[in-house]
Amino acid sequence: MDLSQLKVGQSGVVKEFTDLEMSVKLMEMGCLPGETVQVTRIAPLGDPIAIKVSGYQLSLRKFEASTIILQ
Amino acid sequence: MKADIRVALIGNPNTGKSSLFNILTGLNQKIGNFPGVTVDKKTGYTSLPDNRRAEIIDLPGTYSLYPKSKDESIVFSVLADKANPSRPDLLVVILDATNLKRNLLLYTQVADLKIPVIIALNMMDLADKAGMKIDIDLLAKRLGVPVIPICARKGSGIDKLKSAIAFANRIALQHDTIDAGALAPQLIARISEEIEVDNAYYALQLAHQHETVTFLTPEQSDRIESLEKEHSFQSQKVQAAETVARYNFINDVLYDAVHLPDTAHEESFSNKIDHILTHKVFGFVIFLGILLFIFQSIFAWSSYPMDLIESLFVLAEDSLRTLLPEGVVASLLIDGILAGLSGVLVFIPQIAILFIFISILEDTGYMARVTFMMDKLMRKVGLSGKSVVPLIGGFACAVPSIMGTRTIENWKDRMITIMVTPLVACSARLPVYTLLIALVVPDRNVWWIFNLQGLVLTGMYVFSLVSAFIVAFVFKFILKAKERGYFIMELPVYRMPRWKNVVFSMYDRSKTFVLEAGKVIIAVSIILWVLASYGPGDRFAAIEQKYNQPGYIQTTTPEELSRLIGSEKLENSYAGVLGHAIEPVIKPLGFDWKIGIALITSFAAREVFVGTMATIYSVDGDTDETESLKEKMDNARNTETGQPVFTVAVAFSLMIFYAFAMQCVSTVAIVYRETKAWKWPLIQLTYMTVLAYAASFITYNLLK
Repeated sequence: MDLSQLKVGQSGVVKEFTDLEMSVKLMEMGCLPGETVQVTRIAPLGDPIAIKVSGYQLSLRKFEASTIILQ
Repeated sequence: MKADIRVALIGNPNTGKSSLFNILTGLNQKIGNFPGVTVDKKTGYTSLPDNRRAEIIDLPGTYSLYPKSKDESIVFSVLADKANPSRPDLLVVILDATNLKRNLLLYTQVADLKIPVIIALNMMDLADKAGMKIDIDLLAKRLGVPVIPICARKGSGIDKLKSAIAFANRIALQHDTIDAGALAPQLIARISEEIEVDNAYYALQLAHQHETVTFLTPEQSDRIESLEKEHSFQSQKVQAAETVARYNFINDVLYDAVHLPDTAHEESFSNKIDHILTHKVFGFVIFLGILLFIFQSIFAWSSYPMDLIESLFVLAEDSLRTLLPEGVVASLLIDGILAGLSGVLVFIPQIAILFIFISILEDTGYMARVTFMMDKLMRKVGLSGKSVVPLIGGFACAVPSIMGTRTIENWKDRMITIMVTPLVACSARLPVYTLLIALVVPDRNVWWIFNLQGLVLTGMYVFSLVSAFIVAFVFKFILKAKERGYFIMELPVYRMPRWKNVVFSMYDRSKTFVLEAGKVIIAVSIILWVLASYGPGDRFAAIEQKYNQPGYIQTTTPEELSRLIGSEKLENSYAGVLGHAIEPVIKPLGFDWKIGIALITSFAAREVFVGTMATIYSVDGDTDETESLKEKMDNARNTETGQPVFTVAVAFSLMIFYAFAMQCVSTVAIVYRETKAWKWPLIQLTYMTVLAYAASFITYNLLK
């Protein structure tokens, strides 16, 4: 299961990343393995999405979310 | 001004760094450039409790020392280069108390560079309100640095921060955060030895960033590159390991030092606003509404100050005319420099108002939502959600909008945005459009409520946006991406705008516009003045002589006579000669040599077209006199065929030409400044001119 499959309001715990380059950027923003992430909203056109992670809201594209594998 | 100590402010975006900078320095700030790069460097001065002066440098906001955008890449160079004139003696790291974990990442990075550092813990009021408990003493003890709680928005805690700056250690005493040396031990040892650095994390940063930093010699950079190959160093893997290690450290530091409440109050309030503002339907409706309001305001509120500026210039012109003896100097000053200057300054109200709105939208956090909503749409045409703001700004003026593209991290997205922004119908096109529409479009209503002229004008605006999207789509396939685009962006909590910041930011950007555009406009205005004021051989003398004959003097009023002379002189000037020379080229577009002259003189700025037309058709130079100019242009006949010059086909062909042509030297200058290469403004100038010619040709032949 990856993050892009979650619906609004659902949450999961980050397990690993499938894309090294993206993972470096995501981890800098506090999205690390072991962190709980929750989908807070989806943009009106279906992409990008917004997630709540380490106490703030982060937006990322669906493709980017799909590189985050959840436990 | 001499300072006793140099202090740099560093922190994540949206932490109140600029607020703090404004409080510390007041109006006492200036904007320069970091050496070698086009990144604005804001500096100011503040006095410390011990009467020493501190120079404050505002570094670009960043989440990490690993840069994502052009602005961010400067941070490491300033901190690491011992020879950099901006290198600070002391760092003040600003942390958002409501989001300590992510904010501390940057702190741990700069702390490991072993520069003296203190922490300003901002937004303590919001943290309190959200029910967070932060043990500041424990935090300070664990990190080994002074931690000063402040609230930059209300200005509290600033005195304590200043004392802390005054009494800060000149050597770095903070605790180590992670064992940087362990991340790539052999490579770090070799780099430390060969480049002579005594800090393991600094050596590691050099390994990561040697290609982008400004201070290494090419030999040193090559040497690091080959050392990396030798030790099979994988930058991203090491960076990932570093980030994980840093967050482990941060979790240990925060353990028991910060207690979070069960539910964050502020967050849910922000969430409620987001439900409406990013709603599937209302989100777009509200966005469109805000845009309409901004446009209305730009045009409504700016008309009075614009008139004021114009009349001030008329006043200056009149007094100069009476003060100076008639001659070359007076003409150069008045018709050359003053006229060029007024062309720039008259746009200040519009630009200032646009910037106020953009600053408010940015400061409240709404702009991030616009980016969020529009990203998918914009990506389809090769742009990014972040291109929305520059494109909207383009309706007022392309120059500040292109300056605003620096927030776009991705190189390709940024270049495409810069390339297409000048296509958006800016306010300098408005006088051209209104004149031409008034000339050929009947002033009547269609479908009862819509005014035909208004519809055509709206059409030109929509057309400009559509053509910007189409051209962007084409560039998407032409430009090669340097890096992968991504959209990992913080959605900040909604806040009330900080009015001081709004005003400062408006002032800064307007000033940059005047200085950047002003320089070029004046230079080009002088050239154009020479072209329009001098003619080959003794043509001018002949004109003077012709109108000096008693027949003319008796039958015409002095004003009319001088207008006739002005018109005939322009026709015989170098600009007029050029107009005649380019006539064969522009004839397929339906333009005669008179329009040719106006195309040449309006090369520096589009709105000059109206003024030149007025001179050619010898009406009062005042642009308000569009009615009389309109009449004259209406009655203008082709000398060969006797047909009207300004037919529907010609007027529309001309409007389409102005829609596409890069008739704006300020934009050319700013694109050069932003891209640091003549290649880009030249490509832009070429494609826009070709497009303008082709589109005008098609328009003319379709409507003829």
